[in-house]
Amino acid sequence: MMFSRRTDLPLDKDPLSHFLPWLIAFMVYLAALAQAGLISLDVLAQRWDTGMAAQLTVQIPSDPDASEAANVRRLQKALNMISNTPGVVHTAVVSEAKVLQLLSPWLGVVQAADVPLPRLIDVETDPDMQLDVRILQQKLSSTIPGTQVDDHGVWLARLIEMVRTLEVLAAGVLALILSAAMGTVVFTTRTGLTVHHEAIEVLHLTGAQDSYIAKQFAGRAWAMGFKGGIIGLSLALPTLLVLSYVADGLQAGMLPDMSLPLAGWLSLAVLPLAAGLAAGFTARFTVMRNLRRMI
Amino acid sequence: MDIDPATSIARFENVGLRYGLGPEVLQDVTFELKPGSYHFLVGPSGAGKSSLLKLTYLAHRPSRGLMHLFGRDIATTPRENLPALRRSIGVVFQEYRLLQHLSTFDNVALPLRVAGMREPDIKHHVEELLVWVGLQDHMNARPPTLSGGQKQRASIARAVIARPSLLMADEPTGNVDERMGYRLMHLFEELNKLGTTVVVATHNEAMVRELGHPVMRIENGTLNVTPGTKAQNGRAL
Ligand SMILES: Nc1ncnc2c1ncn2[C@@H]1O[C@H](COP(=O)(O)OP(=O)(O)OP(=O)(O)O)[C@@H](O)[C@H]1O
Ligand SMILES: [Mg+2]
Repeated sequence: MMFSRRTDLPLDKDPLSHFLPWLIAFMVYLAALAQAGLISLDVLAQRWDTGMAAQLTVQIPSDPDASEAANVRRLQKALNMISNTPGVVHTAVVSEAKVLQLLSPWLGVVQAADVPLPRLIDVETDPDMQLDVRILQQKLSSTIPGTQVDDHGVWLARLIEMVRTLEVLAAGVLALILSAAMGTVVFTTRTGLTVHHEAIEVLHLTGAQDSYIAKQFAGRAWAMGFKGGIIGLSLALPTLLVLSYVADGLQAGMLPDMSLPLAGWLSLAVLPLAAGLAAGFTARFTVMRNLRRMI
Repeated sequence: MDIDPATSIARFENVGLRYGLGPEVLQDVTFELKPGSYHFLVGPSGAGKSSLLKLTYLAHRPSRGLMHLFGRDIATTPRENLPALRRSIGVVFQEYRLLQHLSTFDNVALPLRVAGMREPDIKHHVEELLVWVGLQDHMNARPPTLSGGQKQRASIARAVIARPSLLMADEPTGNVDERMGYRLMHLFEELNKLGTTVVVATHNEAMVRELGHPVMRIENGTLNVTPGTKAQNGRAL
């Protein structure tokens, strides 16, 4: 046993020990938010990586001078060429209505007849096949001039880069919170060692090993860390549920599913345990280090 | 701890002690405690009796000289081996040094807990001893609510509970009435007969004369030992 529940020292009565669980609660609250952010960002980036990267959009300009039938033929020709390209799994023509909807932020409400609308084809590729976008682009534009193949590559890469940066930030925030929490535990423990110096000396003279004394401090710190963790987590859960709800609302747009996976919720549930263990081991380490200087 | 009768319990050679940068409180102290011996430690107030005991129960390091405990050179004993030595030493501190927030029971139980004894055994041993020193009605009382003599008895009970090989008592009968004083002295005699090496620091010259054990006297920082007036149990000094 690294932590002891029995204590020969009145550690409960230390003024700081009333304070510590609340400090830890606050830090666990922040840590829970940072961790939830980290996990959902990671999920997001992964989905973009695997899901969105396998998607292409082919844009075929309409020729306003050509007949409707000629335009349809061109579209059909493009569809055939794309479908016959190795690595393409599925193609779908985006309806005119949807194209109008996509353009509406830029054009306002327009009628299909008012402007020459480009036709869009959503192409799904096999992510394992590494379809070469440039060859497809060349093939298409040599037959149908003006055709654009957009693999979302550039903006996707930027988005993923941004998400990764946010992830590093979130991880950094977590690390800061952890070191602040450990610093608090070190400080509280040192204060305890000073306050109980006399009793600790008696314990030593009675033949107590440093570890016997450290166990009592560690047991106390573990209990306070765990308690603080429970408080912090129970405050963080409602916040996260609200955030998750808001994110679900956004999802209708371009964001993929932002909500936390089950593993994410489980990793949050581990936080109080982690807070308790971190506090316990920090206290133990602090006591062992400081007592080494005593006779 | 098993002690080879050939080795001494404690052996000091030219030990000196100074606190910080102050003058030497003890100078060239040389003596030996044989297993099973019983010494009184006397000297005027401020002579250094408590200081000598502190060195012996490893609360302080000597400034110079050679110090052996249970056959081990203290200067070269690693710190992690000191607790085992300390468990073989029972101490009655001059100021009792009971833990203020613990009950009498828990204070007396401390050496057994530190040594890792099981709680049921601890309960049995501690209760028995508390009855013996007359504190059975104060088991759950905390030191601040005890009288001076009761604290002293609790402190003596804590010192002897783990059956130490060496018992050091710093004015153990200063605060109790004469009857209790003799009762406690009798306890030390009994423990000594069972093999415990005893050192008692005291100002009570009458008791020193009456019991007739060898006397270590500190004066002006130096120690002189006078043999006892009656045959020692085991060997004469
Ligand atoms: N922790 C300390 N720091 C500095 N000086 C000390 C310390 N403890 C004791 N002294 C000094 O050492 C000298 C011896 O003190 P000590 O307590 O050993 O005497 P004593 O013989 O036990 O006296 P008494 O009979 O009054 O208990 C005294 O002059 C005292 O002032
Ligand atoms: Mg003294």
